[in-house]
Amino acid sequence: MLLLRILSRLLSIAVTLFGVALVVFVVIRLIPGNPIAMMLPPGATDDDIARLTALYGFDKSIPEQFVIWLGGVLQGDFGTSISLRQDVLGLVLGRLPGTLELAGLALFFAVLIGVALAIFGTIRRGKKTETGIDIWNGLTLSTPDFLWGLALILLFGVVLQWFGISGRVSPQLDLPFVTQFYLLESLARFRLDLTADLLAHMWMPALALALPLSAMIAQVLKVSLKEVMTLDYTLLARTKGYTERQVIFREALRNAALPTLALTGVQLTHLIGGTVIVERLFSYGGLGSMAIDAVINRDLPLIQGIVLTFAVIFVAINLIVDLLYTVLNPRLRHG
Amino acid sequence: MSFLTIQDLDVRLRGSGQRLLRGVSLEVAQGQVHGLVGESGAGKSMIGKAILDVLPRSVEIAGGRITLGETDLTALPAKARRHELGQRTALIPQDPLTALNPARRIGGQITDRLTRVLGWGAARADARAVELLDEVQISDPARVMKSYPHELSGGMRQRVLIAAAFAAEPELIIADEPTTALDVTVQKQILKMIAAMQAAHNTTMLFVTHDLGVVARVCQRVSVLFAGHVVEDADIHTLLSVPGHPYSQALLSATPRYDDPRASLRPVPQSVIDATRAEAEAHDV
Repeated sequence: MLLLRILSRLLSIAVTLFGVALVVFVVIRLIPGNPIAMMLPPGATDDDIARLTALYGFDKSIPEQFVIWLGGVLQGDFGTSISLRQDVLGLVLGRLPGTLELAGLALFFAVLIGVALAIFGTIRRGKKTETGIDIWNGLTLSTPDFLWGLALILLFGVVLQWFGISGRVSPQLDLPFVTQFYLLESLARFRLDLTADLLAHMWMPALALALPLSAMIAQVLKVSLKEVMTLDYTLLARTKGYTERQVIFREALRNAALPTLALTGVQLTHLIGGTVIVERLFSYGGLGSMAIDAVINRDLPLIQGIVLTFAVIFVAINLIVDLLYTVLNPRLRHG
Repeated sequence: MSFLTIQDLDVRLRGSGQRLLRGVSLEVAQGQVHGLVGESGAGKSMIGKAILDVLPRSVEIAGGRITLGETDLTALPAKARRHELGQRTALIPQDPLTALNPARRIGGQITDRLTRVLGWGAARADARAVELLDEVQISDPARVMKSYPHELSGGMRQRVLIAAAFAAEPELIIADEPTTALDVTVQKQILKMIAAMQAAHNTTMLFVTHDLGVVARVCQRVSVLFAGHVVEDADIHTLLSVPGHPYSQALLSATPRYDDPRASLRPVPQSVIDATRAEAEAHDV
């Protein structure tokens, strides 16, 4: 039974990824703009154009190209970037860790801020503090992530000049890293000086990405918490001598977390989508800024590789959310 | 010498000031079971919630005193009161289906008062929980401790809640309609069990119910409530044989009887309701 569920889940994942691959492949070939034309110097002969077109396989029909590309992908060959003339898989894997670390830090911020506001608002429910939290959430939710990025750059980078506003790490530093997961590796090597430098670069883009999500988490979790706090088992917990905070942490939070978890899963994909523009804003070397360059250069193989990577991340997030759901809700475990 | 004393308890709706309890007074001696009866909305549960300091946020205590042993609960600061109550009192709730946390195992929900409030070690608390589950006649306590609420029947869950209520040997237990949500066949067993546990532990108990049959089975004294006002306070034999107040009389004759199932039920006459309401509201001035 469990095996069957896993199999059907894997099948649906495969179908999703195939769908994404197909749509991206076709769409970027239908929109105007010729990648070959971008590569050749002015004055190239028709013969040159034809040879290069054939070299990259663009002379074949779109279905034919798709079959060839898909065959390569299934064997781990994502093609060669047109603009960078390097293996797409290597390029993507080189940039992916930066984006994952940024998104991870942003998620951490969002959950931290959101849960704290929700709990504080629940303890002070019906008072002025709660109204203040609602107003703050409305503000953070209705301002998009790149505007928060600009505001942070203005405040901390330009006016106060406390932090640098570009890059992933200070360029003059000598990096001992063997992986691209700089933040994790700096912690593993216990090079806290490097961790500090990385965080000094990451916190602003991460916070910009986190604020809208934190507001969503705060609002949804607060509503569920307030509802759970009127249920019988929280009343029973109060009669046991628990303080309001103990009731929230020991009894209410776990049950109230389910709707928030589902929402966070969905919204996390938006957050990762947001890295495309926020990374650009902070010149952060991740997958997102690479995606923008790839689109500008009409680098079709690279675009396909990046989009497919994002799709894999989204599918993975959904899978993790579903697993967490079963952990949090014992009633889902059988059946 | 009474153990639980309530004097002139006034409870009102915040804002509108509408009265929910009107100068309620009652005394319960140590080891006694005191019944609170009345129709729904009469304020019986409100008294229990006021004692346990778990009134809804929309409601406030506007006056009166609640004394437990030597302690004046109403004079304590909020936090100290919560802690004192957690150590000395317990609640057997009405609906066993909603009173257990669906995300936590049964064992923890029985022991958390012991471990979290009284500071017992986990092993000692677990041993105590097994003992209690035995006492409420749950077979295979070890398995039940590891179960989640949705894996148990309603009757089983109510037994678990009874075990949890007695876990820390509280001095006072408030049973808030503990059998109302159960099947009729299970009701009787649960009632017997509560009575037996109460006698074995010599616990003082306030028993909230709308069912005079239940009162007759477990209580020694009874307060009859109407519109937040105690209309009669009598020992159980007096109330059942020679009820003093017209409302008590009417309530008694509105109860179906097993020994004479064909006797027609008489609803409480409107004249009695009006007169009792006037009496309750006369207290407001």
